[in-house]
Amino acid sequence: MSHPEQAEQFLANEARSRWHDETLWQVRAKRDRAAGRVPEWEELRETASAIKSHTLSRLDHYLVQFEKQTRQNGVTIHWASNAEEHNRIVHSILEKHAVRKVVKSKSMLTEECGLNGWLETHDIETVDTDLGERIVQLAKERPSHIVMPAIHKKREEIDELFQRTLHTRPSGGDAVYLTREARRHLRQKFLEAEAAITGVNFAVAETGEIVVCTNEGNADMGVHLAPVHIACMGIEKLIPRRADLGIFLRLLARSATGQSITSYSSHFRKPEKGRELHIVLVDNGRTRQLGREKFRQSLACIRCGACMNTCPVYRRSGGHSYGSVIPGPIGAILSPGMDLKKHASLPFASTLCGSCSDVCPVKIDIHEQLYQWRQIVIRDTAGDPAKSGAMGAAGQLMRRPRLFRLGGKVLRWLLRRLPRPFLYSRFNPWGKQRELPDAPEESFFEWYKRNRQ
Amino acid sequence: MIVGLFIPCYIDQFYPRAARATLELLESTGVEVVVPTDQTCCGQPLANSGYEPDAVAVMEQLADTFAGVDHIVSPSGSCIHHIRHHYDILEQSPAVRHLREKSLELCQFLSRHPEMNLPPAHFPFRTGLHQSCHGQRGLRLASSSERMEPAWSVVGDLLKKVEGLELVSLNREDECCGFGGTFAVTEEAVSVRMGKDRVADHLQNDVEVITGTDLSCLMHLEGIIRRDGLPLRVLHVAEILNTTGEQS
Repeated sequence: MSHPEQAEQFLANEARSRWHDETLWQVRAKRDRAAGRVPEWEELRETASAIKSHTLSRLDHYLVQFEKQTRQNGVTIHWASNAEEHNRIVHSILEKHAVRKVVKSKSMLTEECGLNGWLETHDIETVDTDLGERIVQLAKERPSHIVMPAIHKKREEIDELFQRTLHTRPSGGDAVYLTREARRHLRQKFLEAEAAITGVNFAVAETGEIVVCTNEGNADMGVHLAPVHIACMGIEKLIPRRADLGIFLRLLARSATGQSITSYSSHFRKPEKGRELHIVLVDNGRTRQLGREKFRQSLACIRCGACMNTCPVYRRSGGHSYGSVIPGPIGAILSPGMDLKKHASLPFASTLCGSCSDVCPVKIDIHEQLYQWRQIVIRDTAGDPAKSGAMGAAGQLMRRPRLFRLGGKVLRWLLRRLPRPFLYSRFNPWGKQRELPDAPEESFFEWYKRNRQ
Repeated sequence: MIVGLFIPCYIDQFYPRAARATLELLESTGVEVVVPTDQTCCGQPLANSGYEPDAVAVMEQLADTFAGVDHIVSPSGSCIHHIRHHYDILEQSPAVRHLREKSLELCQFLSRHPEMNLPPAHFPFRTGLHQSCHGQRGLRLASSSERMEPAWSVVGDLLKKVEGLELVSLNREDECCGFGGTFAVTEEAVSVRMGKDRVADHLQNDVEVITGTDLSCLMHLEGIIRRDGLPLRVLHVAEILNTTGEQS
């Protein structure tokens, strides 16, 4: 289903969509307050953007440097060109250790690769340990937001879900009770796990370390208990130096949730004695995106989710309406690069208001890239022939001022005379919930000609 | 100084009032205003829908139409934004470069020429300013709430000089209204909800008149206001700046 169809369904429940909008707007407001307390905020954004541009322009160099450092640190490094290869690599590591139970902290990359489903078909249980992710996992859904995966669910629904899956008692959506129950449930999973998978927020080329940011400490809990740690990352997560990290950590938490820093910023550099640390570097379309000049900068994304919280369309249509792993404005510029036909409606799921670009901590020109993807969607996909014909005709008509004005005059005449049921038929989406503008007898140029020429 | 007035196609057809107000306002400052009658459209409706190639000819034609004036002024932030930012795909002929460099939205033009004295306007109403995104974030006619910068507004400053006008603060100062060109019909459900929310914000703050630089946004909001029978009107900012006591 296309974005407008999915969005209409989400909006049909007015109370829920209003609640969704208001909840995310509050997150945006919190972000504004946190960012406002940093006098050099705009300078930080500029610097972060420059570091990312630089890194992307020499990604090959930094990847080789990172690999070299990680090897020296005793880490096993793996390269995966696509999702399937990534899944095979992770599976082979787990097989080697005869692992049946895995805990996994938040990772949009493994979501992108469909790792959970892959491991499930090989009889390996993967438990998402981020609370929000665990909620959507128990509900057999997908995250609707990259930072708050279960933001589309109300507390009462989580209450029911936990009663059904974790056998909790009805609590009327008591957040403290539900969180405690989830924690108890997850503690057991942590203790049983034979391997821990984590995502990666930043990978430092100079030191070969990876940094994982969580608020729940779930990445650390998993890694410190299990003998094997597999960290999965897209190749665009690199930053050159450890000194650069502070800039990103300051921007990330404030942009994401309005916190000054995430509760845990965990650095992993070497495996503990007798244990293993694997890092899987995944391309899966990233070098292709890097080769697209107009869309290159999209790889600078640090997955803070601020563009979702600020997007007036996302807030009202919900993350699932995008039908892509990464929803919202950033998802709408990343996803067409993966599958143009499938995600053809996403670049149009925006008013091009530009709020996303102004909120972005690494200054990705998201709305401009949406405009550029629109051109490519029309050029490269078999769109609506009627629409293409109409656009072509309009382009021709606009080149003929007299004919164009005559067309306008006829249109206004019709608008004044046609009966209302005809004007407001189902073929007029504008008029479904809105009045058409008045059609005056005289246009401006008609008046101008009569009075001024 | 010769100013070429660019009247966007939909304003010509549906809001001639606002076009006349713009013309009269500019003339009242004493500048010479010419209105080339061969102008049609900036091409944005096609280009924003992904049909840039179909718009190239009309975009080039617009540049030729305005080759002989010192400034191109238009009562639309969105069209000017399109000209300035998306005419980069055209061959950069002298006419195209001239158009891109010299095109200004009406309030932008007035604010850059403080020496031009506007006649005193009188408009005794509680007025809400709808910051149209292409003007605000595209042309930077105002600070945006996402960026950590001191607040400012070119349009707001002009409105504050209008006698009797009370400029009302909104709950969400600069949220998009949901018009978005063809978005208004292709994403009808989201578009209307955004529009309703924007209208509700103005109503909650006891606004009597919503104004702005872009009648495209205002047409969308007006469509909702009229359908729902709400006690609000919309006026282009030029209509307010050009209002004398007896007209209001």
